[in-house]
Amino acid sequence: MHRKEESGETGVPWRPRIVAFFCNWCTYTAADLAGVSRMKYAPNTRIIRVMCSGRIDPQFVLDAFTEGADGVLIGGCHPGDCHYSEGNYKALRRYHLLRRVLTGMGIDERRFRLEWISASEGDKVKQVINEMVEQLQQLGPLDLPTERMRLDSELEEMRPRRSVIDISEELKEAAHV
Amino acid sequence: MSEKPKIGLYWCASCGGCEESVVDLAEDILGVVEAVDIVFWPVAMDFKRADVEAMEDGSITATLINGAVRTSEQEEMVRLLRRKSAVVIAYGSCAHLGGIPGLANQFDREQILRYVYEEAPTVSNEAGTRPSTEHRFNGDRATLPSFHHAVRALDQVIDVDYYIPGCAPTPKLLKQAVEALLTGALPPKGSVIAPDIALCEECPRKDSKPEDLHIERFHRPHAVMADPDTCLLAQGIVCMGPATRGGCEALCIKGNMPCTGCFGPTSRVRDQGAKILSSVAASIDAEEEADIIATLETIPDPIGTFYRYGLPGSFLRKSLSQSS
Repeated sequence: MHRKEESGETGVPWRPRIVAFFCNWCTYTAADLAGVSRMKYAPNTRIIRVMCSGRIDPQFVLDAFTEGADGVLIGGCHPGDCHYSEGNYKALRRYHLLRRVLTGMGIDERRFRLEWISASEGDKVKQVINEMVEQLQQLGPLDLPTERMRLDSELEEMRPRRSVIDISEELKEAAHV
Repeated sequence: MSEKPKIGLYWCASCGGCEESVVDLAEDILGVVEAVDIVFWPVAMDFKRADVEAMEDGSITATLINGAVRTSEQEEMVRLLRRKSAVVIAYGSCAHLGGIPGLANQFDREQILRYVYEEAPTVSNEAGTRPSTEHRFNGDRATLPSFHHAVRALDQVIDVDYYIPGCAPTPKLLKQAVEALLTGALPPKGSVIAPDIALCEECPRKDSKPEDLHIERFHRPHAVMADPDTCLLAQGIVCMGPATRGGCEALCIKGNMPCTGCFGPTSRVRDQGAKILSSVAASIDAEEEADIIATLETIPDPIGTFYRYGLPGSFLRKSLSQSS
């Protein structure tokens, strides 16, 4: 398969892009703590704050990959610590089933990760993100948008993207605190 | 007399069930034939491609296309019909979201051809002959359409005006759509012509669905005797009802079989498989990671279960060639 090692034609070296969904009460607070504590970690992550890891619709994860994420990270409270009592268990169950779908579709399981990170574990945010960036560096780009364009080049005429419900609105709503 | 609306019907990668569903209008089909001119219907009437080519662009009032798009011939035909038709309706699950043929998107073209022409136990093909798009013999030239690398829903190839869902659509939905066409009472472009509610809303077992499900293990429908009055999910049988559009009037449920999702999602859901996965996974009882994994293992084929009719129309569309 074609592997794009550089982003576009700018010659800028490729860097993995991670979309991270962090729960408001634990992992997001931990990421905040890491920032306040001036811990340095790889700058490759776009963090999206959601109220609870149980609010992370598997559609959000698939949408992130489809839009060009190289990895998706879910962060929630440790088991037993969920602010809403059992949202993180739901996240864990969804994670395991979704992971099987992703690997079945040829996406390496190291691209999708779930971690329990409590509000005081700023150092764990740093460690998990650094680790994931390193793994993704080794795996190389996923780049589904280019892959899809390549696939559709076999058609006589390329269709513009299928008109769909824009779930980014729902995402904004979910992230709204 | 000749001012009757013109209707075309065509099939692509499909099983023929959608064509059957048109005939299932039974005596109502006489009313339809009275009201419209069928100008193209290869399954039932003797029209050729040249007849369509000779028509003026946009002169067919509406064409109902069933089946997914897999070959270059199907692509050519749907482009031709798009040009000739004022309205194009994707008819049935395959045209709507990719359908059963869309499950082939779990595999690469090469894997499929190798298996079908070389590896399948019933195949004897020592020379490893594969179909080719062109063959010359004694000065004659025979051609075949090419086989695309992916199965596509109709709207991934051409612009589609409306969708009629189902595997196959029910005669009632078809009748409603034809009536809407004839009276001009059409919904906004892009609409799925079926109720925009989840199947659970019209399910006769709705009241037996508990507020919270606590599924301990899943059962495949052939392996258990399901109670005919209780919510199938409550019995641990994967039922796509919560993530599937209603309008079929719960036909499968009334036959004591779970919904397999042929009507696709409602307008609020982009990816039906992800949505039912979310609901089913959250409904299991286990909390320890190992128990969660063990419970989920009782669903042996998540892609084939959750994306049975909609893999090409889903976010991921097609598997990647190698693990990436």
